[in-house]
Amino acid sequence: MKLTRGDFRPSYDVVIIGGGGHGMATAYYLAKRFGITNVAVLERSYIGSGGTGRNTTVLRANYKTPETIRFYQESFQLYATLQEELDYHMLRSERGLFWLAHSEPQLRNQRERALQNQHFGVNTVYLDARQVHEVCPQIDMTGGGKRPVLGAAYHPPGSIIRHDAVVWGYAGAAQRLGVQVLEGIEVTGLTIQGGKCVGVVTDRGPIAAGAVLSAVGGYVTNIADMAGIRLPIVSHPLQAFVTESYLPVLDHIVASADLHIYVSQSARGEVLIGAEIDPYSSYSTRSTFPFLASAAARAIDLFPFVAKLRVLRQWTGICDMTPDYSPLIGRSEVDRLFISSGWGTWGFKAIPVSGLRMAELIATGTVPPVLAPFALDRFRRDRAVPERASAGTH
Amino acid sequence: MPLLIPCPTCGVRPYGEFWCSGELPDGGHGGSDDAEADFERVWLKRNVAGLQTERWFHHAGCRRWVTVRRDTLTNVIDAQL
Repeated sequence: MKLTRGDFRPSYDVVIIGGGGHGMATAYYLAKRFGITNVAVLERSYIGSGGTGRNTTVLRANYKTPETIRFYQESFQLYATLQEELDYHMLRSERGLFWLAHSEPQLRNQRERALQNQHFGVNTVYLDARQVHEVCPQIDMTGGGKRPVLGAAYHPPGSIIRHDAVVWGYAGAAQRLGVQVLEGIEVTGLTIQGGKCVGVVTDRGPIAAGAVLSAVGGYVTNIADMAGIRLPIVSHPLQAFVTESYLPVLDHIVASADLHIYVSQSARGEVLIGAEIDPYSSYSTRSTFPFLASAAARAIDLFPFVAKLRVLRQWTGICDMTPDYSPLIGRSEVDRLFISSGWGTWGFKAIPVSGLRMAELIATGTVPPVLAPFALDRFRRDRAVPERASAGTH
Repeated sequence: MPLLIPCPTCGVRPYGEFWCSGELPDGGHGGSDDAEADFERVWLKRNVAGLQTERWFHHAGCRRWVTVRRDTLTNVIDAQL
């Protein structure tokens, strides 16, 4: 796919800062569903270079609160037909996702989660240890002899999809509709007049805009600072690694709530291992050995065969974490400045719904009901959407 | 190399022995009579890309609080406060 090169126009209806999945999806839906094609997506690096290209590609809808289940259910449905809609192959593959419990409290938590999901029409079932073993015999049910598996919430639709292809697919489709995708342009300021955002300042000159969207992830605080807005966001590193390719032995995605680890195997045969965020805030994407050692040990507790595999690659992304582990998306205090952030460790699977509903908000000026619970001012109104238990790892 | 935290009682120790409570708000962690100031202190973050003053609790050591200044872009700690 070839991106637009060369000059940008002096003015756009909508300027989107950040060429990741969320920015690109918003641009696509603005053009496709709302007929707004005079749109620019500005990316300071290359598209998909942030969280979109660094996540572990899991799609699921098995959250805990009604608001979040509804939100991710819509996203999951949009993802189901995305390859056809964008005419781009994304290697989507349905795997089935376990959330293992190794303790009584976690067992209750996973049982509650299955019931809550079923109530809202999400396919999640509770499995006892014997059933877990039947569905996925690869799991060491003794948990490395230390943490026996007692049961699990099992979400059969849980899938993986090629993350780069998602952003490329959206970018290509948006460009065909007239959107400009511009790489190598950094936004250095926002133009605000009388409490209204009317453009951006870039390292290649100013650009006027009818509306500005920050679709920036880990660095969203930098953009908010330009408008004098303070957000309830702290940026934390999130690391993951893959092993060398191995025989195809693991169909499922297996997460453990007690071990704070998840494991899947890619189409290339690499065993992918992820865990929780680093316990301190940072913008450094340098991977660390303590993470590798600790995550590898926990992965081997679940899958002993992993012990003989060599590590191929380890990487880090920067996550914009919110206090309640839910997104922060909607209008800001500045008129015509919209913010799509707080994507933390749960952003990739939200790309289609976030893009579609943010486009609706920008185009119509009305907050879509599915976005309303995640408004920027919810902490001021004491309306947190607590998802720590279900969004904490991936 | 893990992130190393200088502890005034135990010396330089790996971060795994500590619990990080994050950036130190202006005027410290204490409450006030001003609801707006309390809201901002509890919820809104400076989340600096650069030098940040922050607190660590040495739970696996002397069980004391440590205040340090760390560059969040490089993780280099240049001052113990």
